[in-house]
Amino acid sequence: MSVLVVTEHHRGTWHRISMEAVAAGQQAAQAMQCSLAAAVVGSDVGGLAGDLARKRLSEVVAIDHPQLAAYSADGYAAALRKAIDDLRPRLVLFPHTYQVRDLAPKLAASVGTAFVSDAVGMRFEGGEPIFVRQMFQGKLHADVVPRGAPPHIASVQSGAFRAESAADGDGPAPVRRLAIALGEGDVRSQTGQPYQDAKDAVDLSAAKIIVSVGRGIREPGNIPLAEALARALGGELAASRPICDSGWLPLDRQIGSSGQTVSPDLYLALGISGAIQHVVGMKGSKTIVAVNKDSGAPIFEIADYGIVADLFDVVPKLVEVLGESD
Amino acid sequence: MKIFVCVKQVMSRDAAVRVDGDGSWVRDDGVAFETNEPDTFALEEGLRLREKHGGEVVAVTAGPARASSTLREALAKGADRAIHIQDNRFARADTHITAAALAAAIGREPHDLILTGLQSDDAGYGQTGVILAEMLGLPHATIIMKIEASGGQFRCKRELEAGWFQTVTLPQPALLTIQSGINKVRYATLMGIKKARRKPVRRYSSADLGIDTQPRQEVQRLYQPQQGKQTEFLEGSAREVADQLLSKLRFEARVI
Ligand SMILES: Cc1cc2nc3c(=O)[nH]c(=O)nc-3n(C[C@H](O)[C@H](O)[C@H](O)COP(=O)(O)OP(=O)(O)OC[C@H]3O[C@@H](n4cnc5c(N)ncnc54)[C@H](O)[C@@H]3O)c2cc1C
Ligand SMILES: Nc1ncnc2c1ncn2[C@@H]1O[C@H](COP(=O)(O)O)[C@@H](O)[C@H]1O
Repeated sequence: MSVLVVTEHHRGTWHRISMEAVAAGQQAAQAMQCSLAAAVVGSDVGGLAGDLARKRLSEVVAIDHPQLAAYSADGYAAALRKAIDDLRPRLVLFPHTYQVRDLAPKLAASVGTAFVSDAVGMRFEGGEPIFVRQMFQGKLHADVVPRGAPPHIASVQSGAFRAESAADGDGPAPVRRLAIALGEGDVRSQTGQPYQDAKDAVDLSAAKIIVSVGRGIREPGNIPLAEALARALGGELAASRPICDSGWLPLDRQIGSSGQTVSPDLYLALGISGAIQHVVGMKGSKTIVAVNKDSGAPIFEIADYGIVADLFDVVPKLVEVLGESD
Repeated sequence: MKIFVCVKQVMSRDAAVRVDGDGSWVRDDGVAFETNEPDTFALEEGLRLREKHGGEVVAVTAGPARASSTLREALAKGADRAIHIQDNRFARADTHITAAALAAAIGREPHDLILTGLQSDDAGYGQTGVILAEMLGLPHATIIMKIEASGGQFRCKRELEAGWFQTVTLPQPALLTIQSGINKVRYATLMGIKKARRKPVRRYSSADLGIDTQPRQEVQRLYQPQQGKQTEFLEGSAREVADQLLSKLRFEARVI
């Protein structure tokens, strides 16, 4: 019986959440009093496996195949089914990445078990895991328990566990190579190289002050109000995804997991609820101010200063006061 | 092309979430419901593909009786017919049970393309579509921002993290999960709303479909999240709040 952590890398470079998942795995293995294996999947992953083996693990499982050079749901699910068949883990932990969104539900369905996605926390009762995940747009947290036969599969949210807490072992962990047979027809999709659309015209990562608007701004005609505040503060204007999706601001001003990651001195969130996909892009800001009319909005969980109010009342006053002090 | 679009009815964005008596779900009395936002983009994408390639769009939901309004909305926007797997359990079923029900209903008919949203706004599992694909033996791709159908293939633009994309090509039939913002959704016209009344809605019960009803995960308890940081809330008139905030930013946080 063991815990299995599945790591992620892109062409030889670790995805930064991989070591957070290893940290989660170490906690789980300790609580469940069992061994901990970590898997690395790809083509020519010897170097990565060796790197991973420095962590405190019972073993590293390397699944290497030319057909696994690029991610495919079919190929990677087959590889991990093989690992599950061999190791018979009780719990399989993934980092919650876009790739894992694509892969883990398929893997879980193919072995007929639970996939508890995007956990922000984990605790144990009688050696069994209870996962904490956000629900209802982050307004509530839920304790979720896997049911049915193992292996139970779960993924951990970026930032929920600390990569630095993933302990090194006393010596290198043994590396076990698993061979899998993959034929031409086994992978039904073809994937191309990652690309970016017209590269970011504005780089917001250097901005010291960012005024960011969300759906609370209601209509495109109100954007100039936020713009006026950004100007008065000498900052840049940014937005949540729905604002850019609607074309009210250009895509290169989107903050979040599918947009830019910023860490200004001041991040002023106007009418933004604070969904995790937005928060990952701005939680490193030094000072966070949130203006939101809903006191239960999750953005207040990370705000230094909170104003529960209608932004259309507060923002004009901020512009007014800033104008006076010039 | 026979296109199935899975649409879920969820509590409206502005609804106050109140934890239910036994603490394991939310109260749904006196709240408004709407179609899960990514699903509206999925429906629009299905309608556009039908307009280009011909065929049929079928809207499918698994939900309580109230979810029929979500199907009516899809029909009014242009779906040809609808399937309602009606059972109160789907208000809070786990993804395995929901996907099994959708698979049983859709699996009975020929299908070229199944579209779902990438994630539901209430439970936010982000997995029902992929499980459904696996249950039906279909290839899938997630977080799709563009679909081109030709020569028995779907060529898709898949969103990756941090503003990156990738092209994924899949053979037909396939399942795709749609990201918000892929298109501009249409509104139902008065004519569409009228026509919708005459469009067929097929109803199934869970028993009709004989689905596996053993949950794979269970929500034990819902609660307010703990405050991560100490937030200082500023109160008073708009002018007072503005004065306070600016002086805090100048003299306390020293960021302006
Ligand atoms: C895979 C994936 C990737 C994603 N990537 C991103 C991303 O990169 N960036 C991103 O932002 N989102 C992203 N999202 C979407 C994200 O989950 C949320 O849906 C989005 O961030 C919500 O935007 P919002 O806060 O502007 O809108 P909402 O959630 O609708 O919130 C609007 C807020 O405004 C408040 N409000 C309304 N009126 C007023 C008023 N008059 N005064 C004050 N407050 C008011 C409301 O109380 C509410 O809290 C992604 C989602 C997925 C699934
Ligand atoms: N009860 C349901 N009825 C129809 N479609 C659903 C249902 N639940 C989930 N879906 C579809 O699956 C997607 C992902 O949902 P989820 O896995 O809950 O995040 C949604 O966007 C819908 O398209």
